[in-house]
Amino acid sequence: MSKLPPDLKYTSSHEWVRSLPDGTVEIGITDHAQSALGDLVFVDVPEAGRAVKAGEACVVVESVKAASDVYSPLSGEITAGNPVLASEPEAVNKDAYGAWLIRLKPAAGALEQAQLLSAADYQKVLDAEGG
Amino acid sequence: MGRQTPLFAQHLELGARMVDFGGWDMPVQYSSQLAEHHAVRRAAGMFDVSHMCAIDLEGARTRALLRHLLANDVARLQAPGKALYSCMLNEQGGVRDDLIVYFIAADRFRLVVNAGTRDADLAWIRAQAAPFGVTVTERGDLAMLAVQGPEARSRAAQLLDAANGAAALTLGNFFGRQLGSWFVARTGYTGEDGFEIMMPAADAVPAWRQLAALGVAPCGLGARDTLRLEAGMNLYGNDMDEHTNPLESGLAWTVSLNDASRDFIGRAALETTTRQGVGRKLAGLVLEDRGVLRSHQRVVSNAGDGETTSGGFSPTLERSIALARLPAAATGTVQVDIRGKLLAARIVPLPFVRHGQSQLQEKPQ
Repeated sequence: MSKLPPDLKYTSSHEWVRSLPDGTVEIGITDHAQSALGDLVFVDVPEAGRAVKAGEACVVVESVKAASDVYSPLSGEITAGNPVLASEPEAVNKDAYGAWLIRLKPAAGALEQAQLLSAADYQKVLDAEGG
Repeated sequence: MGRQTPLFAQHLELGARMVDFGGWDMPVQYSSQLAEHHAVRRAAGMFDVSHMCAIDLEGARTRALLRHLLANDVARLQAPGKALYSCMLNEQGGVRDDLIVYFIAADRFRLVVNAGTRDADLAWIRAQAAPFGVTVTERGDLAMLAVQGPEARSRAAQLLDAANGAAALTLGNFFGRQLGSWFVARTGYTGEDGFEIMMPAADAVPAWRQLAALGVAPCGLGARDTLRLEAGMNLYGNDMDEHTNPLESGLAWTVSLNDASRDFIGRAALETTTRQGVGRKLAGLVLEDRGVLRSHQRVVSNAGDGETTSGGFSPTLERSIALARLPAAATGTVQVDIRGKLLAARIVPLPFVRHGQSQLQEKPQ
């Protein structure tokens, strides 16, 4: 398993969150998640402007095996779905921490409420799962 | 913990992801399911199919037993080694299993049946065989490897000595032959050329390693499923089962009604169905919109609703395909309910892919 980027925050459901300088965040799935899903063949990202609540399914990733929902770790408004993924869903397999799924403008206080994990704490989650 | 094949440790050593399949611990993929799929379409891949069961039938009345037991007619098997694909039905015409039967000699035939139905099949066949005085032997001592792809035969033949290797390469399509301690058959479940090889269990690991050294890619059940789906081949339990008959499962071509005197199990039910009209069919679908078809999705057609029975992403076509059970009169474009969205799909003839080539006709303008 590759090293977890220390600058990202994580969830126990295997999403990552990157804070951008403009106050928005990028959300993706971890390398562990892409590996468990297998080769991705379709990513259905939402339209910009959609409001989501923390824990709400907002992206569908379909691998050769199955369709899986990705849950937004944060409440907020989606500002973009990654346009690259329409033609290159495999980008998530190749670079899970580069290939973001959505960008989101967090609602006020949402980042604090989300109780995201540090890389070290997420590593413990993986260790506990035997990953 | 499920049952294990002689290659179980080999799969773990290769880092395979293991899943339960019909009560067996089997590799679903080694590294990338897409790469494994393409290896078979473009060169050669190998599958451990030792979970499938070879059953030997022996006795003077074996042919008579099989003409009663199977919906296809083993009278078609006249040349030694010739194989036949058939359904084994229940009295209602439902499919108990689909299988391959090999004609070895006048008093000897071999069946290969599915893993998930293995025990039920054995009990059923033994019960049917008793009045015919036919001996039924489960060949649990054999491992089975499928080597598939355009390069498969030439590479696999290198595992045999010169004479047997040459003999293997002369096998006609859908023929099998005992070559030394191996039974080599030119059959498969991928839509590519290749061999299925039954061998003593102790030979499996060395054969696997030799094939790997010849550049044959280990492939899991995941790739096996997308390959057979592209080839338009049914998966027992998904596309047909005890509650569906072959006529509504795209398998009418495997039901032989030619000999009116042949009283096979399920015949009366199929004839009644035929008289009343077969209401449903198994059709190929290609998704026109973006997304992925999966099994058990509702299909809305111009003749009523149906359901996908197998679906997935076709790595060769780079779009999603499915088999779907639809009203017999359905034509043209249908809509598939994928998580609440109705997406457009087109009914197409099967197979989707044959020998690495797309069989899709471009949409009429």
